[in-house]
Order: sequence, then C-alpha cells, then structure tokens
Amino acid sequence: MKILLVDDSKTMRNIQKSVLTQLGHTDTQEACDGQDAMSKVGAYKPDLLLVDWNMPIMDGLTFVKTFRQTNKTTPIIMVTTEAEKSRVIEAIKAGVNNYVVKPFTPDLLSQRINETMAKVAAA
Amino acid sequence: MDASYIKPFIASIQNVFSTMLQLPVTVGTPRIKDRTGPAFDVSGLIGMSGDVTGSVVLSLPRDTAERVVSLFCGQELTLESPDFADAVGELVNMICGGAKAMFTGKKVSISCPSVVVGQGHTVARQTDVPCIQIPCTTDCGELVIEIAIQQSPAAAGVGAGATA
Repeated sequence: MKILLVDDSKTMRNIQKSVLTQLGHTDTQEACDGQDAMSKVGAYKPDLLLVDWNMPIMDGLTFVKTFRQTNKTTPIIMVTTEAEKSRVIEAIKAGVNNYVVKPFTPDLLSQRINETMAKVAAA
Repeated sequence: MDASYIKPFIASIQNVFSTMLQLPVTVGTPRIKDRTGPAFDVSGLIGMSGDVTGSVVLSLPRDTAERVVSLFCGQELTLESPDFADAVGELVNMICGGAKAMFTGKKVSISCPSVVVGQGHTVARQTDVPCIQIPCTTDCGELVIEIAIQQSPAAAGVGAGATA
C-alpha cells in the first residue's frame, strides 16, 4: 500500500513512518504542505493519505477540498492537533474519511488506518 | 487571567508528554512572570488568535530540551541536529492544540510554531497581558510553559452596541 504523509513537521512524518513500518507499510512518500502534496499525488497515486491540518502555504483542509475535486475515493485520514468537534465535522464534510487527534499512540494510528482501509475495501 | 485558560495547558502538556514520550510531568504552582525575565535556552512559540489572543511559549534548558527531543524522536538529537527545532515546534504545537480544544465555546486558531535557540534570550510579549509561568518537572529536567493570552475584545463584546 502506498501512503502519502502530508505534514510540515519532519519529526511527525518520521514518527508516522515508524508506526507504518511497524505495521508493514514501507512504501511511503512525504509532502511538507498541501501544495507539495498536490504536486505529488498525480505521479505517486497513493492508496492512503495522512494529512495534517495546520501547515504553511496550503493547509490540510484546503488540500482535502482541492484533492476531492478530482479524486473522490482515495481515503484520507486527518492527523492533527485540531480536536474540537466542529473541526472534525468540518474535515469530514470536506471529504476526510477518518480523524486522529495528536498526540496519538501507535496503536490508535494503527487502528484508524485499519478501520479506514476496511471500510474502503467493503465499499 | 482567567484560571480556565491555565488548566487546559496543564492537562495538555501532561497528555502530550505521557502519550508521545511516556514521560510524566509534575506541575508546580503557576506564577506571574516578570516581563523582562529571560527564557531558558530553547523556546517554542505559538500565537493564538480568534476569541482568545496572545502567545504561548514552551521553554527548556538546553540539556532538558535535548533529552526531551531525543525521547520524542526516538533517537539521540542535540541542539545542532537539523531536526531539533522542528521537534520542539511540534511539541508546543500539540500542547497548544490540545489546550485550545478545552476552551469551551471559543473559536481559536493557532499559528505555525516558531523556535528560538540561544542562551539568555527573551521573548517580547504584549505589555498589557500578564504572563503566567507554569513550572514543570520531569525526569528529563525542568521546563516551563509561559501563557500570555486574553479573551479578544471582540469576543468579550467590547464595543458591542456602540453607535456612531
């Protein structure tokens, strides 16, 4: 499974990559903001995206809305510090499939990835 | 400053450090910081806007910062490591994000973090907002969170109903 990690923090991308490696997912690419991610999705064609919300240049919500204009199906998990219910609803409306609030445990991220991919497979 | 603005930061730093670093945080008694007092060697800064405005700083001595960041990243990092500042920024980002989620009924945005490194540096803040310093103790050493925030005039209803 190809996974695109979109986060302006290299530390956070490394932590996510480490969790994904433990889960057996080693095919990952990284983007440092929404604009960078937009430039990579076409060639990389990820099967899953993990997207931060607060990023410079293009934030995660704008990225999700832009990406969903042309891609309705590839699952997106928002991984963010934005924990308010209103923010979660806003993200889901924009096209996010699942949501992880930072800080997270490896188990939680793993669980969200598994449930997201299971829903996609069942659809 | 309203105590309801302080408690979320205490809960949030304990949550972030225990979840991401498995590092318990003991919180001391909050106190008002002298405006001109220096910060520790490393400071992560975040701005808040919306219904609550101001700034939040996570400040650590060099040794503590290096230990904390190494735990967070799962590898030995020093002040000179290219990813050091990024890690400090992400920690303060998570602390502020978690705290603002506990500001019931308020719409608040946080800025992308900035990190300042240097012995004896000071952080300039708005002069009309008191800065509350929360001392914290961990097995990696001591650190502080400095909170200088207030309800925005618009959220407080200042000027509401004024007529020309």
